[in-house]
Amino acid sequence: MKLDSALTNSRPPQYRGTKLSTRHLNLFYGPCQALRDITLDIPERAITAIIGPSGCGKSSFLRIFNRMNDLIPGARVEGSVELDGIDIYHRSIDVVELRKRVGMVFQKPNPFPMSVFENVAFGPRRHGRVSRGELQDIVESSLHQAALWEEVKDKLDQSAFDLSGGQQQRLCIARVLAVEPEVILMDEPCSALDPVATLKIEDLMRRLAEKYTIIIVTHNMQQAARASDVSAFLLMEGDICGVLVEHGPTAELFTKPKDRRTEDYITGRFG
Amino acid sequence: MRTRSNLSRRISQKTAFAVLLTATIAVTAVSLFIIIHIVVRGAAIVDWDFLTQAPTQAGKAGGIFPALVGTFYLMLGTLVIALPIGVLAGIYLSEYAPKNRLTKVINLAIVNLAGVPSIVYGLFGLGVFVLMLNFGMSLLAASLTLACQALAMTITTSREALIAVPAEYRAGSLAVGATRWQTIRHLILPQARPGIVTGAVLAMSRAAGETAPILVVGAAFLMRGLPQSPFDRFMALPYHLYTVAVHIPGMPEDTKWGVALVLLAVVLSFNILATVVRLRARKQRG
Repeated sequence: MKLDSALTNSRPPQYRGTKLSTRHLNLFYGPCQALRDITLDIPERAITAIIGPSGCGKSSFLRIFNRMNDLIPGARVEGSVELDGIDIYHRSIDVVELRKRVGMVFQKPNPFPMSVFENVAFGPRRHGRVSRGELQDIVESSLHQAALWEEVKDKLDQSAFDLSGGQQQRLCIARVLAVEPEVILMDEPCSALDPVATLKIEDLMRRLAEKYTIIIVTHNMQQAARASDVSAFLLMEGDICGVLVEHGPTAELFTKPKDRRTEDYITGRFG
Repeated sequence: MRTRSNLSRRISQKTAFAVLLTATIAVTAVSLFIIIHIVVRGAAIVDWDFLTQAPTQAGKAGGIFPALVGTFYLMLGTLVIALPIGVLAGIYLSEYAPKNRLTKVINLAIVNLAGVPSIVYGLFGLGVFVLMLNFGMSLLAASLTLACQALAMTITTSREALIAVPAEYRAGSLAVGATRWQTIRHLILPQARPGIVTGAVLAMSRAAGETAPILVVGAAFLMRGLPQSPFDRFMALPYHLYTVAVHIPGMPEDTKWGVALVLLAVVLSFNILATVVRLRARKQRG
């Protein structure tokens, strides 16, 4: 089977400690419950894939970690979510500081309507005075880390919209890297990209995982199998509410799923 | 049967087309006729002296300099007051206001603001700025009055321009740890600027053409010089046109058309400016 060959490329998971964890997490949008009783540890400096069918709450779950759900009127969180053992929903938490530590890449590449350089410099500029020289260093190293430097070093002053879709997405990754986060959330980052651009992003993720904790939402099973160390399978229970069915090292989850529903899903019997 | 119904369908199609075309031509013809007529009649008198000389003999001779400058002062005053308030209110309504009943009431109030007859603004200005705040009949009172009227437009256009900026930009900016205000200031506002500027220019052009409100809050019949402070009275083109056309016996016809031409030129050029700003922004966005 295709999935098995993909799995041989996957690294064995290395548990280096827990970066993020949720305990009995419930998420409500007004009267509707979107997530129910999710308890999960996210390992540090590894890639965690959140998989599941459309509408099961994957993206809502991802947005828990940088509190993007706060922007939705009526959203309410119960239970605890900890980053390095600190509750990020505590009253004393500064959301802006949190989002510096937990960056996010979106489904559709969303470069800002400005030059390539200014896109990457946007975050650092907002976070205090940086000299032009420092800014140049940050932009260059972020673009290097995002494997984009060679392609754009001669067009830093051009509009970001002139780049291809895959380049735009790597630019968005560079923009996140420029604020030196610890965690990078990726919400189906390749769903708008062609297969070649997708592989580039996956390669990049592998390299970034040596330094950063990455959580990726994907509905592409091959991608989860190829690129992640740990997987978590979310499913709708009833017809509204996302629950965590199963989680564990990707190789195990894909070859020896414990739950029948997981097996059905990854073998493509539904979803 | 079939061919007949096809035929009648074709005839009704042709008729509808003819009616629409006629309506369009009628509208264009009327505005073209007005413009051409004013240009032809007014061109006889408008020259450098007409624009730069003070009126003499109750406006029968000399130029319209104080009225022209007064109108520019009014436009400037309106802009300075109505633009910042309009942008700030637009930001609040688009970015911060909760989506509840109060916000709906506020939005409705702003829409209604645009529908209030201009003489009502004039009387409001007379009551509040001239009498209550004791600014007297003055440039300041008139600017404030016109600004109140312009607010409907500056708030609405600012809000619409801000709302039109894609939500992905906001999300992307917040996700790199920018604050809400930083996001607005450095990402959203620059994108909304052309729309805001267009609204401001149109508001100025309307202020330039208003007669009724300034009539009751400080426009002067005749002044030899320019207003020396915001508390002075002033002349303005629309009011000057009104007086020379109606109130002064023996006024040369050319003078009336000349004033009309200058007023029209001021208002039209600002409308064209607004269009240019909008088109250029659209082209840039691609």
